Amino acid sequence: WDETHFGKMGSYYINRTFFFDVHPPLGKMLIGLAGYLSGYDGTFPFQKPGDRYEQHSYMGMRGFCAFLGSCLVPFAYLTVLELSKSLPAALLTAFILIFDTGCITLSQYILLDPILMFFLMGAVLSMVKCNSCADRPFSASWWFWLSLTGVNLAGAMGVKFVGLFVVLLVGLNTIYDLWDLLGNLSLSLVMFGKHLLARVLCLILLPLALYTTMFAVHFTVLNKSGPGDGFFSSAFQSQLIGNNLHNVSIPEHLAYGSVVTMKNLRMAGGYLHSHWHLYPEGVGARQQQVTAYLHKDLNNLWIIKKHDLDTADLSDPSSPVEFVRHGDIIRLEHKETSRNLHSHQHEAPLTRKHFQVTGYGINGTGDSNDFWRIEVVGRKAGKLIKVLRSQVRLTHVATGCILGSSGKTLPKWGWEQVEVTCTPYLKESPNSLWNFEDHINPKLPNISLDVLKPSFAEILLESHMVMIRGNSGLKPKDNEVTSKPWHWPINYQGLRFSGVNETDYRVYLLGNPVIWWLNLVTIGLYLLIAVSTAVALKRGVQLTSELKELSRIMLRGGGQIMLGWLLHYLPFFMMGRVLYFHHYFPAMLFSSMLTGITWDTLLKFCAGFLSPSTTARKVYGGSVLALVLLITYSFYLFHPLSYGMIGPMASDPSSPMAGLRWMDSWEF
Amino acid sequence: MLGFLKKPVVVTAEINVNLVALTVMGLISRLWGLSYPRAVVFDEVYYGQFVSLYMKRIFFVDDSGPPFGHMLLALGGYLGGFDGNFLWNRIGAEYSMNVPVWALRLLPALAGALCVPLAYQILVELQLSHCAALGAALLILLENSLITQSRFMLLESILIFFILLAVLSYLKFYNLQRHSSFSGSWWFWLLLTGVSCSCAVGVKYMGLFTYMLLLAISGLHFWHMIGDQNLSNVSLMCHFLARGLALIVIPVAMYLSFFYVHLTLLYRSGPHDQIMTSAFQASLEGGLARITQGQPLEVAYGSQITLRNVLGKPVQCWLHSHTNTYPIRYENGRGSSHQQQVTCYPFKDVNNWWIVKDPGMQQLVVSNPPRPVRHGHVVQLVHGITTRYLNTHDVAAPLSPHSQEVSCYIDYNISMPAQNLWRVEIVNRESDTDVWKTILSEVRFVHVNTSAVLKASGFMLSGASLPEWGYRQLEVVGEKLSKGYHQSMVWNVEEHRYGKSQEQKEREVELHSPTQMDISKNLSFMAKFTELQWKILTLKNEDTEHKYSSSALDWITMDTNIAYWLHPTSGAQIHLLGNVVTWASANVAALAYTCLSLWYLIRRRRKIYDVPEDAWQLWVSAGGICLGGWAVNYLPFFLREKILYPYLPALTFQILLIPIVLQHLGDHLCSSLLLKSMFSALIVAWFSSVYFVHCTFSPVTYGEPSLSVTELKDLRWKDSWNILIRKQ
Repeated sequence: WDETHFGKMGSYYINRTFFFDVHPPLGKMLIGLAGYLSGYDGTFPFQKPGDRYEQHSYMGMRGFCAFLGSCLVPFAYLTVLELSKSLPAALLTAFILIFDTGCITLSQYILLDPILMFFLMGAVLSMVKCNSCADRPFSASWWFWLSLTGVNLAGAMGVKFVGLFVVLLVGLNTIYDLWDLLGNLSLSLVMFGKHLLARVLCLILLPLALYTTMFAVHFTVLNKSGPGDGFFSSAFQSQLIGNNLHNVSIPEHLAYGSVVTMKNLRMAGGYLHSHWHLYPEGVGARQQQVTAYLHKDLNNLWIIKKHDLDTADLSDPSSPVEFVRHGDIIRLEHKETSRNLHSHQHEAPLTRKHFQVTGYGINGTGDSNDFWRIEVVGRKAGKLIKVLRSQVRLTHVATGCILGSSGKTLPKWGWEQVEVTCTPYLKESPNSLWNFEDHINPKLPNISLDVLKPSFAEILLESHMVMIRGNSGLKPKDNEVTSKPWHWPINYQGLRFSGVNETDYRVYLLGNPVIWWLNLVTIGLYLLIAVSTAVALKRGVQLTSELKELSRIMLRGGGQIMLGWLLHYLPFFMMGRVLYFHHYFPAMLFSSMLTGITWDTLLKFCAGFLSPSTTARKVYGGSVLALVLLITYSFYLFHPLSYGMIGPMASDPSSPMAGLRWMDSWEF
Repeated sequence: MLGFLKKPVVVTAEINVNLVALTVMGLISRLWGLSYPRAVVFDEVYYGQFVSLYMKRIFFVDDSGPPFGHMLLALGGYLGGFDGNFLWNRIGAEYSMNVPVWALRLLPALAGALCVPLAYQILVELQLSHCAALGAALLILLENSLITQSRFMLLESILIFFILLAVLSYLKFYNLQRHSSFSGSWWFWLLLTGVSCSCAVGVKYMGLFTYMLLLAISGLHFWHMIGDQNLSNVSLMCHFLARGLALIVIPVAMYLSFFYVHLTLLYRSGPHDQIMTSAFQASLEGGLARITQGQPLEVAYGSQITLRNVLGKPVQCWLHSHTNTYPIRYENGRGSSHQQQVTCYPFKDVNNWWIVKDPGMQQLVVSNPPRPVRHGHVVQLVHGITTRYLNTHDVAAPLSPHSQEVSCYIDYNISMPAQNLWRVEIVNRESDTDVWKTILSEVRFVHVNTSAVLKASGFMLSGASLPEWGYRQLEVVGEKLSKGYHQSMVWNVEEHRYGKSQEQKEREVELHSPTQMDISKNLSFMAKFTELQWKILTLKNEDTEHKYSSSALDWITMDTNIAYWLHPTSGAQIHLLGNVVTWASANVAALAYTCLSLWYLIRRRRKIYDVPEDAWQLWVSAGGICLGGWAVNYLPFFLREKILYPYLPALTFQILLIPIVLQHLGDHLCSSLLLKSMFSALIVAWFSSVYFVHCTFSPVTYGEPSLSVTELKDLRWKDSWNILIRKQ
């Protein structure tokens, strides 16, 4: 399943070819490293799910992910122990995580999620540890945990952007902490300043430094041209070995009759592109589409022509070469389809304020709406135009608008490429600037060019823009049935990891329903208990010291975990991109910890009413044991989900999973 | 007894001249020349059509919001005697004589005018000085964008009015809380809060933001009350219940009642029928109801039915077949079964009729008594005109190669057996033995051999249809069951009658004849409400961007304006354009408030008190409401692009913040007398500049007088403003 993505990217690291992915690089780098150390040579193609690995050694990568995945259990155990100071609560949480089929499945394969969850739990654990060291500030262990929090934050951010939520959690916790310290009048302002500085250092500067280092490593390792080139600017591409812009030699000045590609200068801007497809009915004029496309493609090629001359004159090899000058009026002909770049006063497909840009005319003959004035930013009229270096603006002669790319993704009819418009607002922005990237003209001598090298900061910024754009581009397809966030906590529908048919070896990602429904109930229960406790405290009800301790655990410890759950779950409701079931797993970790704490506290509280204390202890211990046994038994029932099922589907009574398909939406 | 005889009856009237004067000024500024221009201005073209439909009692669905706002506008039309006969097709079209322009625009204008005294009252209730309150009211009065927006048949001014009314009544209620709980006026203001909240939500969903804010504030206040040890548990409970009743139960009930009125008023079928389910359509007068009245309810073996796809988007369509077959080879070289085509056809046609047949029997008529089809029964579907059986098999469908082709089976005597058994699954069943009902039941047809589900293909969503050979009809496929639930897999019976003729010829005649008989099917109000509400929420057309849309960041700096109307010949024009000075100072005030609050908070945490406690309380509560109101009404719009005017409610709150900050500065930060007088002088200067800007832009606010080209060019203070200049 997704192993095809991340395994492939691991191979890219080993082969040092450049690629592009919507997630930051750390997770894939670690996978690559694990593969490298375990002797994987990066040659397996990872083409489609279900391919056999044959002789390739993949166990290193899988083992690495599984190891990180199993670290979650001790982490959660320690966190809950620290928060609740209660061994049964911690054990309960640990058992939940050990016996959850979903967590097991997810950590068995080459995926980013186990790595992400490892760092995430690491951050939570060290944050909690650091909080409990708060009475000994600036001690060695305090520093250790504080900086470890920072390191883990960088790790979580570096694997997936979802790590941002744990950064938020830690941030909120730190602000709360500082606010507390500020109110402590026995602390001088200088001391407070020290506290503040220590946190800025460990939680902001350290993670940032690590995060940038990560990218530095990423770009140093990947120095060969690969499938991700087209997403980046010309300057960036010139740094990759094997790219056609690396140590490039092309004609320096633009001339009439040249074949060129034009790249938009906005971050993650595409090549000016056209293809044999018309705009659909109702979207402006029914003429050929012009888009911006991120990949290198033959359809990106355009021929520069004089506005008043025909093709024949220029193709004549004997005619002298004429250079294009600043301020000239030109015509751009699409090489594959022989249509001219054209614009007119119709609404653009998405940005209604702009004009539509189309391909028009047959074999290069069009009308006056095909004329564009070419201008270089910051130059005088009559100067020559340099390939790669000149920032060029194309003004439509008839309407006075400027060719630009709006950055919005076209719907399906436009093959999800980026919209190109002609903007009548003459604002200067990279959206409306282009540079010439390829330049082919047999009549001109090639000159070796060194493009300005981009600085590291520029590369970093650019790669982030590209990632963000890529992420927002992951829209659900029209008729695809997508997973909705509200499905997740109720374990509505899982993900098929491998195998569809009866004869296949099937793995199905689905949480252990007993555990997940217990978690779901617990969240409601927790809210109820927390509210009633808070009201009781506010009403000034006198509590015994034991009860006070319990309520403190519930409100402070449970509150932190609850906040974590909310932060890792609610934002998904607002996301427009494609969502999958496995996105819930970070939140599920928090929810499991909450279950441990809540049930332990609740049982303690209930047992407190019993006397004598020995019976109370027995009842309490018995109930915890019963919960653990319940979880273990449910795992026994559902373990084939993660360890693989062979044989008929569950709807068949002879299947080992017969009778376990409790919801119709489960597909095993 | 007869006490009034002993004492004279005295009526003491207290008149707040400020309030009266403000109201009068508000009315003048909003109502002056209201029926000018006598042409459709901007979104009037949108709301107007709904007013017309109300007048004609024709049912419609508007995805932009709940119906209360539309109903208020329609009320204006009703009072003005509008008959609904006007074609709302173009901005700038002249109104014909039968359109009571003044009456239609009156309600929004009144609401806009009343915002001025409301602003005054809110600040007074917040315990600010009358001077500050007067300032706030004047700022609202002189705000050009609010004037423009309230002078036309648009909903924003009504929304703002209800929002302000809700805030005011909550403040009144809260101030009464301290000394006279559960008194008459306490109840009045509490209930009014709930009522105006629900009105605000009923006008536009944006009102929800303010409603949530008020709920949060009242929750906070109640939380403080919980900590008050003087109150007994019982009285706390009473307080809680009273708030729950007024702020939650009543708004919900009011909201439902809007829909009730809406559905009662609109009982005729109209242009938006087709997006509703058949059951809903059948409840409207005319349209589908005329056809479906009197159909037998239970589908039985031998029934003749038409099957409508439940999805109904982008067009409704019916399961259809005709004598043409799939081409042997498609353009891309894939092969087909060459069987008879089955499609989904967006028009009523005799070829949409199917007969439900019991696989075990030969007869195609309904026995007496009819044997109803239940959930889980296996049936065959026979195409009425061609008598071929609905069939699917493991052949790739024409457009979606991953799904199975659906055809009507022709026996070519080759190794392709008929696979024409379908299991009926009623999706919305109550028990497993439910009978398949006309219109009401949503059914899925599961193919017995391959467990594929009959589905209108996903290409339908993107509007793609079959090529020429399929007459551009829509594709129908057999989808593998595992892909989960989707509305395109569900069908319902729309037209239905019991088949009587066994002979093919007679049957054709029967199929061509219209259905008859007569009983009406009534949906309960709640069922109608749920369906309509769901349609309103989900009908959003996704990727169409409005011509005037702008990002939320442009709003605070007022980088964009909207041209509402242009005189057909002269340069007179109306723009939604705010008072630049007010907008800028409102931003400064919000910024100053935030910074000062942070500074105070940090200092107070270190036990340093800069301002007296009561001033601090005032600062927190007043600013909390105004800044909070601004934030909740503004920040959500970062999630999606919108047109400028949703910013107006937020702006109103932000304007209210200006006098609060100014008063605080004057009272607490200007220590010496000299500073104080300088500060007052500054305020006067600033205020006159507000007035000056208001006057400068009033020609494009009111559309009169017409300006010359140079004057218009002078008005273009920002490059991004789009002021229309007629070419000579």
